[in-house]
Amino acid sequence: MDGKMKQDKMWVTMGPQHPFSHGLWTLRVEVDGEIITDAEPEVGYLHRGWEKECEQRDYQKIIPMADRLCYSASMTWSHLFCKVAEEALDIEVPERAQYLRVVADEICRLQSHLMWLAAVGTDVGNLTIFLWALREREFMLDLNVRLCGQRLTTNYPRIGGVRNDMPYYFERDCLRGIERFEKALWDILQLTDESSIFVGRMKGLGYITRKDVANLGITGPAMRGCGVDYDVRRDDPYDAYGELDFEVPVLKEGDAYSRYMIRIEEMFQSCKIIKQAMKKLESIPKTAPYRLKVPKCIPEGTHVAKMEDPRGESLMYLISDGTDQPYRLKVRSPVFVNVSASKHMVKGVRIADIPAIMAMIDMCLGETDR
Amino acid sequence: MSEETMIEKPSYDDIISLVSSKFGDKVKFKESTKKNVKAINEKRRIYMSADREIIQDLAYYLRDKLNFEQASAVTGVDWVDHLQVVYHISNYFNAIMIEITVDIPNDDPHVPSVAPVWGGANWHERETYELFGIIFDGHPKLERLLTPSSYEFFPFRKSYKLRGQE
Repeated sequence: MDGKMKQDKMWVTMGPQHPFSHGLWTLRVEVDGEIITDAEPEVGYLHRGWEKECEQRDYQKIIPMADRLCYSASMTWSHLFCKVAEEALDIEVPERAQYLRVVADEICRLQSHLMWLAAVGTDVGNLTIFLWALREREFMLDLNVRLCGQRLTTNYPRIGGVRNDMPYYFERDCLRGIERFEKALWDILQLTDESSIFVGRMKGLGYITRKDVANLGITGPAMRGCGVDYDVRRDDPYDAYGELDFEVPVLKEGDAYSRYMIRIEEMFQSCKIIKQAMKKLESIPKTAPYRLKVPKCIPEGTHVAKMEDPRGESLMYLISDGTDQPYRLKVRSPVFVNVSASKHMVKGVRIADIPAIMAMIDMCLGETDR
Repeated sequence: MSEETMIEKPSYDDIISLVSSKFGDKVKFKESTKKNVKAINEKRRIYMSADREIIQDLAYYLRDKLNFEQASAVTGVDWVDHLQVVYHISNYFNAIMIEITVDIPNDDPHVPSVAPVWGGANWHERETYELFGIIFDGHPKLERLLTPSSYEFFPFRKSYKLRGQE
């Protein structure tokens, strides 16, 4: 004995049933006392061969399936699938449909971020945030019901446009709801940002550098929280995003708190986008087309489209062979890549800090495992 | 390649001329014929095919010289008579995305790994390995990720039929 107390490292398995995991996945961590020295995420509990199943379905039938990739980002996933199919057909959707899609996408982003905020509340130990955020989310889901007829899996975009135009008085309801929400978000921020306990659980944890974040493939709010100034909506615009004026929040700190702040700021920006898009929709005549007629079969070729999901950059790669079913459809899920980098985020922190760091990934297993 | 020679924001034409002068006929560029796609009209997509021997050199060149920081996706395709690996590589400064296709024969499904170049390619390559049986040489941990480790088949190959496909 050299007089020092020796302690062996050991592996601790967190999950698949664990309050922090928000779904079925496992984070195995190697701990030295209470400090984490290594980590290994394990996914795959929900793998159902989504991409293979698509190979024996018609293109139209994949739209509701794409909704099910992630329940809280259903709109962006079905939108992305329609986008890649439109690229394959080489068509541009009508202007009215473009703005309707923007509105639907941003409502989806708001409700997804609110779901995340509710989860952060429980992870960090503030149950009031959970209740307040979910109450606001309910208003967003009501807007979904008015526009698309469904709360979560909306099945709203179509190849060549959207399923239906706005219902009567949707404009009024939407603007009222958004204005109300902006005020409510300030109220929620008093619970979060003003609370030193809440902020202290996130600040200075889970650092990633600007160089690593790009190399590890992290995208979305987590990437912008580390100083990468990139948003697909602004830099590689799709649909009507190129004509809208909004800011992309970027912070250089690179810790869990900056990732949290980016998402909060994004919610304000989404409100701004919805208001602008609504104003634009006023100037487009109500009789303008909102959907194009498209053929059932897609000509041979390879096509790729990407989009800003609430969680990061989503990408679909489609190979068509001239029939009405895809030859191959690849889905790049942002969470799949972000969680693979979780090893680098949790090294050096304590076990008790893991929920606060992992909450910033905004886990969704449906799209991770596919 | 040293840091000084890195071009932070290479233009569309720069990328094509630099890559073709460096790798010659081992890299072939493809033109897209689509007229109505915004990203293609505004020159934000580059399509190329490469030989599998040079894929790692090409990856290092793209990362260190042309500032392509991220591998957005790596995936496989089973063309029945041969296999194919498809890389999507992104640059955050000019929003250009490159698509690289690499053909590999059925009887020798090996390709050099790009996971040492881009950490983000790590899980994509593991997934491609377990679903298509493509072996990435030099990968740090080539094990099954989504499917159980006891599987001895590759479910995304066209020879694996789903119920109703037989």
